[in-house]
Amino acid sequence: MTQLVACILKTMAHISRLAVAVGICVVSVPVFAAGTRAGDVIESHATADYSTSAGTTTSINSNELRLVVDEILDVSLTSSDPGDVLAAPSATGVVLGFLLTNAGNGPEAFRLTVDANAGGDDFNPDATSIYIDDNGNGVYDAGVDILYDASSPPQLEPDETVKIFVLGNMPSTVSDGQRSQVGLNATTVSGNGAAGTVITGAGEGGSNAVVGANGAQDQAIGFYAIAHATITLNKSATVLDPFGGTTRIPGAIITYSLVAEVAGTGSLIDVVISDPIPTGTQYVPNSIIVDNVPLSDSTTDADGASFDGSKIAVRLGDVAAGTRSVITFQVEIEGRRI
Amino acid sequence: MKFLIALIALLTPIQIASANQVALESKVFVERTQVQSDGTVETILSPPERVVPGDVLVFVLNYENKGDEPVNDFSVTNPLPDAVAFRKSDDAGTVYSVDGGKNWGVLAELSVLDVDGESRPAMASDVTHIRWLVAEPIPIGGTGQLTFTGVIK
Repeated sequence: MTQLVACILKTMAHISRLAVAVGICVVSVPVFAAGTRAGDVIESHATADYSTSAGTTTSINSNELRLVVDEILDVSLTSSDPGDVLAAPSATGVVLGFLLTNAGNGPEAFRLTVDANAGGDDFNPDATSIYIDDNGNGVYDAGVDILYDASSPPQLEPDETVKIFVLGNMPSTVSDGQRSQVGLNATTVSGNGAAGTVITGAGEGGSNAVVGANGAQDQAIGFYAIAHATITLNKSATVLDPFGGTTRIPGAIITYSLVAEVAGTGSLIDVVISDPIPTGTQYVPNSIIVDNVPLSDSTTDADGASFDGSKIAVRLGDVAAGTRSVITFQVEIEGRRI
Repeated sequence: MKFLIALIALLTPIQIASANQVALESKVFVERTQVQSDGTVETILSPPERVVPGDVLVFVLNYENKGDEPVNDFSVTNPLPDAVAFRKSDDAGTVYSVDGGKNWGVLAELSVLDVDGESRPAMASDVTHIRWLVAEPIPIGGTGQLTFTGVIK
């Protein structure tokens, strides 16, 4: 028993040396991302060598220690979007990206839920759905990537990361600049709870599982922002009669001015502005001026301006928000001149 | 004193093949923090009932000369398990190997090659083997204890 008593005393000494009073309540939780795989066996033994007075040398082995590594349950979820994801009103299937990582040391399945109705934002998407990046290219591929199925949630190896897509439909009633916060939650199927919680039998191979630092659940948020460009058109007219006045009489020239302003975010595609020539007036040939540049009436040239006999048209093309264009053209009032 | 009772339970003698003069017994404990009734936290040694990466293991080697004569040149060698990163040993007379047991020395004199093939001073985590060299002969009935700590990778 000498050895056993000595062992206890020395171990006690060791304990008292290790004892520290830090005055705060913390639980020892490993911070390793994954580390040694759950189920791996740690074996250790020592060998002693010695000699006796007779000069013989002897080598002996200790008993073999054998520890099976238990499973840490943990998960990390982050948004992979650099910022707000822009969407137009009524747009469908607008993609938010997330990265789901198995931060534990055993293979685990992860349950996913979307929280699209959080407060503090301007609107909620009409509908959302979750897809798994099945081909691993990091981009949502319709018809290729798999719709999340709660009855067979994605399973990841330790340290494995998969991209998750949340697709949302934008309401028609939203306006430029409005934002919607969408949360994605991930939970290990084997269980979760306070860090350090032991979940009996939930680990790899039926071993016990220990909840890791994140509590075996995580949440990340993404944002939709409505990018909507709108155009306003203001028309005005000035009259110059043959006598230098502003009376609308036959022979007077009316100069119409169309001011097109695009506001909001993004751009409008292939903007064409047209204006019929008023009854009782004659279009003044080649009088179209766009942003101080005179343009021809031809319907076949590339300058974008035309007169087809009944209306003028100006093709502005793609117009970014914040752009202002001024179009002028002239007509002459018909009738017997005074 | 609950942990003491647990330790005594752990220390139930195990049968060691001891046709030899010296018995060598290996044990392992895991460091745990435990909140005390006064709210402070203490580190205690617990039986390794569950271990996960990041846990600190305390390996304890007990030896006893059970023969009828003293033994000389006593040394004990313990290879580090692959999944355990060596942390430290407070015992006197320890030497280390960082190359699988080929070369030995105090850690400060050892070096390893990094990923670029450059030599750098060895760190505790590079240790592959630990060896204790006991200078004095061990008398009949003499006992001793050796310890080291490591972290599960």
